[in-house]
Amino acid sequence: MSQIDAVFATLRNSERKALIPYFTAGDPSLNHTYAILEAITAAGADLIEVGVPFSDPLADGPVIQRASQRALASGTSLSKILALVGKYRRSSEPSSGQALHQRNSPPIVLFSYLNPIWQLGIEKFADQARESGVSGVLVTDLIPEEAEQIKKTFDRCDLDLIFLIAPTSTDERIRKICSLARGFIYAVSRTGTTGTRDSLSGDLKNFIARIRKHTPLPIAVGFGISNREQVATVWECADGAVVGSAIVREIERSVEAHSGKIPTEVDLAKRIKGFVESLIPPRL
Amino acid sequence: MNQRYNFPDSSGHFGKYGGSFVPETLMAPLEALQKAYAEACSDASFQGELARLLKTYVGRPTPLFFAEQVTHHFKGPRIYLKREDLAHTGSHKINNCLGQGLLAKRMGKTRVIAETGAGQHGVAAATVCALLGLECEIYMGTEDMRRQELNVYRMQLLGAKVTGVDSGSRTLKDAINEALRDWVTNVDTYYLLGSVLGPHPYPVMVRDFQSVIGREVRDQILAAEHRLPDVLLACIGGGSNSMGLFYEFIDENKIRMVGVEAGGRGEKLGEHAVRFMDRVGGGGRPGILQGTYSYVLQDDDGQVALTHSVSAGLDYAAIGPEHAMLHDTGRAEYTAVSDQEALEAFQWLSRSEGIIPALESAHAIAYLKYLAPKMGKDQIVVVNLSGRGDKDVAEAIRLTEKKE
Repeated sequence: MSQIDAVFATLRNSERKALIPYFTAGDPSLNHTYAILEAITAAGADLIEVGVPFSDPLADGPVIQRASQRALASGTSLSKILALVGKYRRSSEPSSGQALHQRNSPPIVLFSYLNPIWQLGIEKFADQARESGVSGVLVTDLIPEEAEQIKKTFDRCDLDLIFLIAPTSTDERIRKICSLARGFIYAVSRTGTTGTRDSLSGDLKNFIARIRKHTPLPIAVGFGISNREQVATVWECADGAVVGSAIVREIERSVEAHSGKIPTEVDLAKRIKGFVESLIPPRL
Repeated sequence: MNQRYNFPDSSGHFGKYGGSFVPETLMAPLEALQKAYAEACSDASFQGELARLLKTYVGRPTPLFFAEQVTHHFKGPRIYLKREDLAHTGSHKINNCLGQGLLAKRMGKTRVIAETGAGQHGVAAATVCALLGLECEIYMGTEDMRRQELNVYRMQLLGAKVTGVDSGSRTLKDAINEALRDWVTNVDTYYLLGSVLGPHPYPVMVRDFQSVIGREVRDQILAAEHRLPDVLLACIGGGSNSMGLFYEFIDENKIRMVGVEAGGRGEKLGEHAVRFMDRVGGGGRPGILQGTYSYVLQDDDGQVALTHSVSAGLDYAAIGPEHAMLHDTGRAEYTAVSDQEALEAFQWLSRSEGIIPALESAHAIAYLKYLAPKMGKDQIVVVNLSGRGDKDVAEAIRLTEKKE
């Protein structure tokens, strides 16, 4: 059982749902990323999605595009992100002697485009991710038809390869994706790029039900979820809610509030902790 | 021949290159496009309508012109120019736009989006949308809008909405990103991609619609010379005009196929758009960009590099996946000329033959000085003159005056 499986199993047993914050690593710097990881953990995240910045983020809306540019400008790379995740995972139960991927802090899911991973090398990436305590990887532009080699390598390293399912996915595609997926299914709430929306799709319940027919895996919903009310709506029908652009926008506001100067790590962490806490509906 | 060239495979792979690397949301519209395209290929009425419009609207066949002055200058092979510059809208881009426009119509689409760099594809797309009564929105980097102001007005005159893209380097790559973002949001829209790039089925579909160039060349050169050419020469940005010329002859192993990339102003990453030549400061190696696996100019971390070329149509970090395969197998040769050499060829062809080539096509012309002296008088070269140079006159004056 992977750490992601374990987290969802624990949540299920206590009839709880997952809050999964996302933010872009290296925005505005990797030191801030470390502080944000700690802040989001303290705020009660169940899993954390760490975005790997890419020069051409074609699935992302303007907020995450700008975050990616800030992150690349600060010298962020996939290798540095893996090292940082390792440091974060080591800080949990430092004297336990447990392997990093078995530590108690929320599982880390890397959220990346394929090219940075491809250039590092699939094998090398998988080994390093494992050593750093990464639990799962979601590759935005990887469809199951092209995933064979990566899937094999990740399975060997016990890294969960997480797939997106879109409202446009046919039943045939949903079946194909579910047969390869591990960890959880990331259901894209609606067509479009990442970014906040005023309202959630009314078809969400049907969409989730359509996926459930094909898999026992937990289902998390993302794209456009930005506040407590929307998290609560998602929790009614799915196993977890991903909040991304709203948090990234909050990081950006903090940078803007310092009139372009970078805020201190402590200030930013405090702000993000408060924001993530505000996203959590009262738990039953 | 029992080993006929038969690429791509059913999922769009040219050897290890190509394929589909897109967000899952786009797979349903891509599968619908594959199906519609396959049906259109075997539908005589679709092919008949395409052939009729290529003839009566685009003005095909475009001439194959024997360039006597150019031939005389090198005292070597007989040099022919395939005059795609004489096609309607002034470049080969219309061949693909007409094919895809008819396909969009057949699929019942009402809205078309496209990207453009220099504006040649944007103008061709806007033209076809006007002809077929389709709503049209063109994404164009704001830097390119500044450099190609006239084409912006042209597209607007044709009824298209031109949307500036302010992200990244504000050029072609960013326009494609933004068009893909529109498509992932509006999945019922038709995305009219302009080169042999992107996810399956675009590389094969665009090649097929452009392959009319090579088919005409075969008939024309047989009529003129009673034999096939020895060398085919074309410039390569994404690679659609070159694939259009090469494809017909790909099983004729004695015919050399030469692609000319944009050497730009230097060998450092960022100063050129040479994806294939290892001798250049580098960066070009296999990677995934904008839906396909091919050669990509990039840094060590897999971040896509900026590029430079005097010609906006060649100023792109990746190259069509079919070219990647032809490069690795050695079936096609790839080389490059500099900005300066292209500018000289631009002026030289204008004076010697009275033909102003696009700066893109001028790259192919410029390479003749390396190619022709090594060839015999009994040999034949066909150069694809992919577009006309009117759009480049202002930029060429600016660049040559700067030097003088």
